Amino acid sequence: MAEEAKKEEYWRWPEGSWVNPDGDWKKGKTITAGVDVGSVSSQAVVAVDGELYAFSNTRTGSDSPDSAWKCMNMALEGSDLTVDNIDYCIGTGYGRVNVPMAQRTITEIACHARGANFMYGPEVRTVMDMGGQDCKAINCDERGKVLNFMMNDKCAAGTGRGMEVFADLIRVPVWEIGPRSFKIEAEPEMISSTCVVFAKTEVVGLLEEGVPENDIMAAYCAAMAHRIMELLNRLGVQEKFVITGGIAKNEGVVKRLEEQLGIKTAEKIWHKPEYRSYPFDTQIAGGLGAALFAEAMLSRGKVKSVRKA
Amino acid sequence: MKAFFGFKDGSGDWFVIIDTDRCSGCGKCAEACPSNVLQVGEDEYDPFNEEPVASVREEERKKIRYSCAPCQPGYGETPTPCIAACEPGAISHSEGWKLMYGRQ
Repeated sequence: MAEEAKKEEYWRWPEGSWVNPDGDWKKGKTITAGVDVGSVSSQAVVAVDGELYAFSNTRTGSDSPDSAWKCMNMALEGSDLTVDNIDYCIGTGYGRVNVPMAQRTITEIACHARGANFMYGPEVRTVMDMGGQDCKAINCDERGKVLNFMMNDKCAAGTGRGMEVFADLIRVPVWEIGPRSFKIEAEPEMISSTCVVFAKTEVVGLLEEGVPENDIMAAYCAAMAHRIMELLNRLGVQEKFVITGGIAKNEGVVKRLEEQLGIKTAEKIWHKPEYRSYPFDTQIAGGLGAALFAEAMLSRGKVKSVRKA
Repeated sequence: MKAFFGFKDGSGDWFVIIDTDRCSGCGKCAEACPSNVLQVGEDEYDPFNEEPVASVREEERKKIRYSCAPCQPGYGETPTPCIAACEPGAISHSEGWKLMYGRQ
């Protein structure tokens, strides 16, 4: 029997979850959760008294409620905490209206600003959220309150999904694109189209011409960085500048953006010293912001706990 | 906060910009808008703001270029009805319409 060729899916980035090994939710007074169901990835974050307790990062399926449950269950794996113990849950992201366990929704713009403020510290002034199908530039104050923002959601050009499509086309795992895009002799000219479909055609053309793969990756990363820069220039960038979302993990885009902007992005480490040993995932900013909003709303008496157990 | 509602594409910037710090939530803009683009409600971007503010309806955000075009934002003889109705001066438009349709 001919062995069936296994189709590799190069865009399939690994999912993950984490529970604070030193944390004990039973000692906490309020347990809040934020569920960020995006167009490509979903995250659930659980906070105990406003401190990070657990999170997960998964791919969004074709069904928003299912994806919300999937990421929530994954975040609670390895902990005896259940959904019934959660005082208040806030849904955010593109699929926020379809989060079954959430009591209310908040836009991802407010949540990302709040989450980035907590992760990177109060000095953060500009947050660039590179989402799966859109990108948002946000200016915020020292409390993580949004001052102004600009969103680019008309099409998926230069976003996470675009990168996934590109990875599949060029047959390189999506997380290798960043490092490999620097293994080049000279910086190539960037891909001229920002549209994913046109960029794909352009890449196919380059591949046929025999342009080395690494050069094409560099050209694509540069094009994406350029598109982000245009959006940021319109809004105005201030330090401390941070990128959240999946593309923040692609140094090929981040380093080129830093060069084009002339501004460095803040280091990806937790602002709180006691968090330094925790994993730092740029994709959880939205969910974390939602969980922090839930905590703040409960403590201010704006909403009531719905805890069942 | 300046909230930009709309989109940017290859043809230009198409945004209705609402300054939520100036907006009083009076709702006169929503009444004045002939395309029924505006609404007044909870501040989506600041969950702790108790005051209602104006915003662009969700379903209009991706087609704002066409919904706002009849009022000639930024290049007509008179200010658009929403801007004329807004006493605190909280509403403005990005330059897309002016650059694309305004007379040179």
